[in-house]
Amino acid sequence: MSSTVYHAPGTVEDAVALLSADPTARPLGGGTDLIVQMRSGRLSPGAIVDLKRIEGMSGVRRLGDAFAIGAATPCTALKADAALVAAWPGVVEAANLIGSVQVRNRATMAGNVCNASPAADSVPALVAAGAVCVIAGPQGLREMPVEAVPAAPGKTALAPGEFVVEIRLPPKPAGGGDAYLRSIPRTEMDIAVVGAGVSLVLDGEGTCTSARVAMGAVGPTVVLVEEAGAALVGTRLEDDALAALSQAVQAASNPIDDKRGSVSYRKAMAGVLARRAALIAARRAGEKA
Amino acid sequence: MSKIHVSTTLNGDAAEFLCEPTSSLLDVLRDTMGLTGSKEGCGSGDCGACTVMLDGEMVCSCLVLAPEAEGRTIATIEGVAEGSVLHPVQQKFLEHAALQCGFCTPGFIVAAKALLDRNPNPTETEVRYWLAGNLCRCTGYDKIVRAVLDAAADLRQERTPA
Repeated sequence: MSSTVYHAPGTVEDAVALLSADPTARPLGGGTDLIVQMRSGRLSPGAIVDLKRIEGMSGVRRLGDAFAIGAATPCTALKADAALVAAWPGVVEAANLIGSVQVRNRATMAGNVCNASPAADSVPALVAAGAVCVIAGPQGLREMPVEAVPAAPGKTALAPGEFVVEIRLPPKPAGGGDAYLRSIPRTEMDIAVVGAGVSLVLDGEGTCTSARVAMGAVGPTVVLVEEAGAALVGTRLEDDALAALSQAVQAASNPIDDKRGSVSYRKAMAGVLARRAALIAARRAGEKA
Repeated sequence: MSKIHVSTTLNGDAAEFLCEPTSSLLDVLRDTMGLTGSKEGCGSGDCGACTVMLDGEMVCSCLVLAPEAEGRTIATIEGVAEGSVLHPVQQKFLEHAALQCGFCTPGFIVAAKALLDRNPNPTETEVRYWLAGNLCRCTGYDKIVRAVLDAAADLRQERTPA
């Protein structure tokens, strides 16, 4: 750890150059995963590239009715943006289930995505919302759907020299609502045993016209369950539609057995949480903005 | 490896230090600046014993790299009392015996003060959730929660004109 160099570049280009120059270099946002992994010996980066001195890395920008959330924006700062809370309450709530207040004052959603934990709380909500990562690298900027970024536990699809610059959330659709729920053995400061993110759109009659459902902690990465969203489309979330939703997420679940929960418990809870999250999202969709 | 020079505001005063690139803010506070009130419990952001205020937000100083503090404002447990006059949160911790070994106490007091500074009338539930990132292995938390609620009541009275 003592041979690590610390950089605080002022531009995205300089950050890319520093990350490209050393394949072991790591970007630093809030540090709540990176510093823990360095201390435990799991990681010993040759260089740390602190992103927080780059303009635009901290804070939420409006792009018309869409949102661009800088990679170094702490989770608690999301709650202070009233327009973001109104448009994507499920995303903001999910990000504010991570860790403690102390941790959320530093931890970022971009870090949550790039740490690539299957149990990351903000990621199912972001995937359900159709969020996109803007990625800077030696070839310039590119976009990647959030669900494509985690490749395996602790591994991302980012190429050497690349880092996430911001996360973009689309405008809230008319009649849209989202929600995220997780199951943990206590009520705070724990890691999801199962997480469920749902974003859906209802028409004026209450019929679902589109839906995205993403599940956490039931496989090696957070997974977008297209069949589960499809089970809701064309319905008014009647009991049989919700049963089909639960079946679809259970069929897509391939969890591990560990001290946090058995395979059968996780599968059962996946169905329950997806159903409850869908009902909250639908209630929000019905509320007038 | 050359050390990094960092300029900060620490408990209201300008402060400078030299640090290794991967030193934690907690290590610098304790070992370089001599402020040993903040404690290292876990070193992984679980226990909150190292809680300090960084630009007005509470963080685990074990999970902040010291060079990150350049140009930032830090407030530690050492700055909570005004001279020999204890802050109401500290006073109520004493009155309610909200500590036994005391190792977690600085972190709890910094965190509790951060809560009361923004919410002078928290519910018990709000206190418990806010302090979820601070672990105490002695008290069972109940006396801590009572002390914080009592300190809040005390502070509200002080704010009311006599």
